[in-house]
Amino acid sequence: MWQYEKKLQYPVNIKTPNAKLAKVIISQLGGPDGELAASLRYLNQRYVMPYPEVKGLLTDIGTEELAHVEMISAILYQLTKDLSIDEIKASGFDTYFVDHTTGIYPVAASGVPFTAAYFQSKGDIITDLNENMAAEQKARTTYDNILRLADDPDVRDPIRFLRQREIVHYQRFGEP
Amino acid sequence: MNERKMLLRKIKEYDFALKELNLYLDTHPDCRRGLALFEKYKALRQKCVSDYTRRFGPLMPEQNNDTQHWDWIDDPWPWERR
Repeated sequence: MWQYEKKLQYPVNIKTPNAKLAKVIISQLGGPDGELAASLRYLNQRYVMPYPEVKGLLTDIGTEELAHVEMISAILYQLTKDLSIDEIKASGFDTYFVDHTTGIYPVAASGVPFTAAYFQSKGDIITDLNENMAAEQKARTTYDNILRLADDPDVRDPIRFLRQREIVHYQRFGEP
Repeated sequence: MNERKMLLRKIKEYDFALKELNLYLDTHPDCRRGLALFEKYKALRQKCVSDYTRRFGPLMPEQNNDTQHWDWIDDPWPWERR
């Protein structure tokens, strides 16, 4: 089971809306190396794991990824709140807006909706742990790319936190 | 930063330490130093959480202790800009 705690893992307080940035950061919600795929990858893989260390890791990291889904969603919500229709048109956010208004929906930056094809659960501990280490590095690269595109320190701060978590998870998955 | 935010920040800091130790202990389950640190931060967190929930409302539904109003649904929710 799971229980909800009414707080973010790390604070998100963005003062300036920026739809253009939301359009790229959304990939870490519903994109190929995003947090939703990460969570589902680990939480699905854990059942057939033969070792308690790995069952623990997959449960605990899979749970932390859900908190990252919430952080990314909070970033998206705050970046798209109180936008004018002119800002929506000018930023290119109109292509998302037409289908979802400013509701949070998991898509990649390209607009492709989230799919389970983004992750694997192979039933083999060596295969799955290697998939997970690669996934953490792919997510880290995506965060590096977001940091190349984002100037706002209010956005960069939580993104840097999330980037660091990818590195810690990579390290842990390499230990069993 | 107001008192509520400061206290919540402290809880987040302790939670972060506990999460890091949790993942570390998953792969080092017999590390006595890690286990001792986990106990230390657990106690610090507990104190902060009971202080916070008494003054500012629940972080989890079962921490609701108001008999007149269901505080759980009160704003702000975590994703809201403050």
